[in-house]
Amino acid sequence: MSGDTTGPAPLGTSTGFGGPAGAGASWCDRCGTPTGEGDHTACRAARQLEPPRYCGHCRRRMKVQVLPVGWAAVCVEHGETRA
Amino acid sequence: MPEILDQARTQVLENGVGLDEAGVLAVLNLPDEHLPAALQLAHEVRMRWCGPEVEVEGIVSLKTGGCPEDCHFCSQSGLFTSPVRAVWLDIPSLVEAAKQTAKTGATEFCIVAAVRGPDDRLMRQLREGVAAIQAEVDIQVAASVGMLTQEQVDELVEMGVHRYNHNLETCRSYFPNVVTTHSWEERWETLRMVRESGMEVCCGGILGLGESVEQRAEFAAQLAELDPHEVPLNFLNPRPGTPLGDRSVVEGKDALRAIAAFRLAMPRTILRYAGGRELTLGDLGTRSGLLGGINAVIVGNYLTTLGRPATTDLELLQDLKMPVKALSATL
Repeated sequence: MSGDTTGPAPLGTSTGFGGPAGAGASWCDRCGTPTGEGDHTACRAARQLEPPRYCGHCRRRMKVQVLPVGWAAVCVEHGETRA
Repeated sequence: MPEILDQARTQVLENGVGLDEAGVLAVLNLPDEHLPAALQLAHEVRMRWCGPEVEVEGIVSLKTGGCPEDCHFCSQSGLFTSPVRAVWLDIPSLVEAAKQTAKTGATEFCIVAAVRGPDDRLMRQLREGVAAIQAEVDIQVAASVGMLTQEQVDELVEMGVHRYNHNLETCRSYFPNVVTTHSWEERWETLRMVRESGMEVCCGGILGLGESVEQRAEFAAQLAELDPHEVPLNFLNPRPGTPLGDRSVVEGKDALRAIAAFRLAMPRTILRYAGGRELTLGDLGTRSGLLGGINAVIVGNYLTTLGRPATTDLELLQDLKMPVKALSATL
């Protein structure tokens, strides 16, 4: 459900921090700023107890449904991710 | 032994009469070295007046985000720059969420919506959802959909909703610092109608909103006056984009002091761990709270944030030899 990823993952799978784009994400899926800029240590820590909010591919805010077990996040452009 | 704990031993443990506001304040002001004794006494009170069972509940958001109210702690307000977007849960997914919750052994499943109060669309969705759950899942259904009219209260009763959650969030004197789009009294009025309807009243709040220790005691006393069946105790999890997004989390010992104090104010209530405990208390503190007055937990995820895996909490309860309350005991 959370934790760093080791490489890009296909859409529709859980990748944790980095969201749908996995480690290849251009955008932080928690704060929506570029992953290559600034320190995202706090974002990574927070994501242990939060679903993603931004699409890692395009920075769009996603529609996120938290469920008792897991969550589902939908980017209008890049589709659904579940965990 | 501090005088307040001696007083509580007689008044609360032996006679079942909760501490008043001054007594709660004295507990909240206990120095650290007396915290273990306060927790031990609160645990004894819980065991004496509630028993060893722990009530397990799951919650889900039926309608997330886009709320017109300005509760300053909430990422679902449409008035803040929170990243949370509006989304509705469909009925099949709602039923699946209830099934997932029931698998944990939970006896309660609470359907929540981020609204000021329900409109016709939400009431229809709720009616359909409650009926679908009742047809397929062996679990008690609770609801939390904001401020109600008398007609809506009656409708919820007719649907078979057995418990209604409506948090006062904080004490009356501090509420205007947290919410400006409605009043504490409006919330109280909904709670009054719910109580009179025969539904069980679930009412708690959030600690760490910036209230003083005195206001925490005021809050406990006001909850005790309401005498709810259940009190969910949340600890602020500061959400990005909200007015309280930069606040610090409650210090663990203060949270434990509050758990003990609220138990000593309300010896018979179901005192439930709700949101924020993972941040404020961690694993060790969670255990301490269960041995300090808590007798109910929300397992799994919350509405917009994630919790510990349900199995982690259930293993802890097993380790503490605290049985999960069976559904038959709630009927």
